[in-house]
Amino acid sequence: MTTVTDLDRPATPAAFQQISLGRRLTSKLAAVLVTGAFVVAVVPLVWVLVSVLQKGLRHVLSSTWWTNSLAGLTGRQFGGGMYHAIIGSLLQGLICAVIAVPIGLLVAIYLVEYGRGTRLARAVTFTVDILSGVPSIVAALFIYALWITTLGLPRSGLAVALSLVLLMIPVVVRTTEEMLKVVPDELREASYALGIPKWKTILRIVVPTALSGIITGIMLAIARVMGETAPVLILVGYTQYINFDPFGGNMASLPLVMAQELNTPTAAGEARVWGAAVTLIVIITLFNLLATLLSRLTAVKSR
Amino acid sequence: MAKRIDVKDLNLYYGRFHAVDSVTVSVPPRSVTAFIGPSGCGKSTVLRSLNRMHEVIPGARAVGTVALDGQDIYGGAVDPVSVRRTIGMVFQRPNPFPTMSIRDNVVSGLRLAGERDKRKLTEVAERALRGANLWTEVKDRLSKPGGGLSGGQQQRLCIARAIAVRPDVLLMDEPCSALDPISTLAIEDLISELKKDYTIVIVTHNMQQAARVSDQTAFFNLAGVGQPGRLIEVDDTERIFSNPTQKATEDYISGRFG
Amino acid sequence: MSVTRSGDRVFRLLTTGSGIVVVTVIAAIGIFLLAQAIPALSANNANFLLSRSWVTDDVRNLAFGVVDLLLVTVFISIFALVIAMPVSLGIALFLTQYAPRRLARPFAYVIDLLAAVPSIIFGLWGLKVLAPTLAPVATWINDTVGFIPFFATGNVSVAAGGTIFTAGIVLAVMLLPIITAVSREVFDRTPTMQIEGALALGATKWEMVRTTVLPFGKAGYISASMLGLGRALGETIAVMIILSSTGSNFGWTLFDGGDTIASKIARNAPEFNNATVAGAYIAAGLVLFLLTFVVNAMARAIVAGRKEYE
Repeated sequence: MTTVTDLDRPATPAAFQQISLGRRLTSKLAAVLVTGAFVVAVVPLVWVLVSVLQKGLRHVLSSTWWTNSLAGLTGRQFGGGMYHAIIGSLLQGLICAVIAVPIGLLVAIYLVEYGRGTRLARAVTFTVDILSGVPSIVAALFIYALWITTLGLPRSGLAVALSLVLLMIPVVVRTTEEMLKVVPDELREASYALGIPKWKTILRIVVPTALSGIITGIMLAIARVMGETAPVLILVGYTQYINFDPFGGNMASLPLVMAQELNTPTAAGEARVWGAAVTLIVIITLFNLLATLLSRLTAVKSR
Repeated sequence: MAKRIDVKDLNLYYGRFHAVDSVTVSVPPRSVTAFIGPSGCGKSTVLRSLNRMHEVIPGARAVGTVALDGQDIYGGAVDPVSVRRTIGMVFQRPNPFPTMSIRDNVVSGLRLAGERDKRKLTEVAERALRGANLWTEVKDRLSKPGGGLSGGQQQRLCIARAIAVRPDVLLMDEPCSALDPISTLAIEDLISELKKDYTIVIVTHNMQQAARVSDQTAFFNLAGVGQPGRLIEVDDTERIFSNPTQKATEDYISGRFG
Repeated sequence: MSVTRSGDRVFRLLTTGSGIVVVTVIAAIGIFLLAQAIPALSANNANFLLSRSWVTDDVRNLAFGVVDLLLVTVFISIFALVIAMPVSLGIALFLTQYAPRRLARPFAYVIDLLAAVPSIIFGLWGLKVLAPTLAPVATWINDTVGFIPFFATGNVSVAAGGTIFTAGIVLAVMLLPIITAVSREVFDRTPTMQIEGALALGATKWEMVRTTVLPFGKAGYISASMLGLGRALGETIAVMIILSSTGSNFGWTLFDGGDTIASKIARNAPEFNNATVAGAYIAAGLVLFLLTFVVNAMARAIVAGRKEYE
């Protein structure tokens, strides 16, 4: 420090000191790093989508893609389409939803409205937590062990749907639970005070209030479940033909087509793989859009 | 309509906790009775026990009698849900059902009980909204959602909803504490009109409101922390506020505590 | 309540019953899988828990052990976690503390989109797009620091990309939305009082984050990472598509191929036609189930212990 005479010092000292350069730089560095982290996450997302579109979009735009199956085509032949796989995926997803949604809703209603604090509720929450952590391959194995080995039933689209049910129930329970909890207790009290019984309060007041969020959760869960591959590898056989029967016979689906055609070393095979990838993404996006639309329609309006 | 309530030796428990000790009070028909007292003294708990709403909390229990024109609502064969059909309640914060329009809110008590006759529902809606002094303000927007109204209007909507089912008694739990002074005045005027047709019990922490609005006032207090709440004194409103018999009452009214 | 109406009784029964059904199903999973695995386990010529080989082509001479698969499963998951954890931390901090308020929600939505992409598409992209792009990087690492065991040449070609290296990176990308989502929630709940207290003392933004947000959110972040670990352990398809299968054992290097438990089961689905052989795979699946169960339970235990302090 240089010596400073009384005449050089300012008459009043500075009102506040600047913080040290080191601290400022550290803070700026941190900001750069965390922003960088975000960018690092966005890059693969964009890259994946761009790659898939780049390699698959032109096949999806062909005239037969959405209306024809791969019936009769060999591994070398272009043409045909994904109709059989689209139907298969939608069918499996729908059957799964028809079973999983009512069960999931009822369980969530039990957890929030009837069972709070009870031992059964704790066991159920614990179980749902476990189910949400079960890898899809294990869920598929269970259905295999139960449906095919023990009960002797054939591989089918239904078996796939059942294992998807195991994967979908925890998602439906969790989102529905969250949405029901958001409904303020005052609404329930207002309903009880009018002399409306509990079950009617739940069905006609609480659930409709939470409906928008519940529907979003369900649609997103269906979209997720249609992209699962492990169950279709184990529980159903591949076919290039259309099959509307979930109870028996081989059924194609978009993930199964992708997994299968990866082993077809031709250009046509590759076209099918990437085309199916684009198709799957398109369908998932449609479901997401539908979810947003439905949620807007059923949302609680305040004006 | 407008029955009398006779509470005799009512004790209220939450699980093991003795919340309110031995309350005895009579509420004459077509009158307004105010419950006053400091926070936590049990006045809301007692109010809620009058339509068995406290039972919504698991473990809550009532011992004693609450008689509606002589019939004990805690009798063995009595269904709490039907008790609540005849004793209505308005809450501290307005709580119209968000998924329903104004009209549907008002008649929700009837519709959810099974009433389907559209004409009857429209008549009831108008009658109730007039009775709650809300008709002129909302008659052109009956199909709009209930949430779009101001706080005071929402509370009057809740009152309309409560009286639409023609209860014998109307319970009001601090109905104005979330409202501005002008809306408060509107609701107090409404209460003076409603008492011609209903028996009203109102809990309020605002003593001046109790003095303005009620015919009879009951003062509750706590003996100490962890002690049950108790009814200290009940009398005509004028006498409670000018010449109370208990020292605790006088201390509360003159603002020495609470 | 003294009198229960019939509507209430029915509805209560229905909802309670569903709860019971769900609990029963989980118990059933465990029992069934065990029952199916036992015949295979008793016919096993090798020690299931100690052997590293997996020979199931001859039903009369089964010799399968889960050790090798388990090693690969854990190794690849930890590798993915090591990459994903710091990045997720950064993203979660970015979304809750650094991003402009109005953009925080759309940005968060973008990250959540990562979770919506099906794993098969990640696997596809990993194999056909990422692996070729990473090939020079992988080869460089292998050439330069290949003397370190982790980076040594493994049992598959480094340049071809069917390695734990590639699959682990893809897996890390798949874990990002999971770890971020839970961490984000915790960081958001940092009490404003604490944040304002730090800022009022003249802390820089990073100092505020380091002294309030991070300590508050530590347990949640760890729990989120464990949930991510659980997911990584069970990931099947992406790994199956990317990893080249190989006959040799795991060699503790990133440039090995092979199989995790999950990918092995999926890859060999055609063998399931024989019930005993299927039992061998089911036994492996049970080990995986147990592993993910323990990891997830630990994740929830961490958060549950913390909740009492809030």
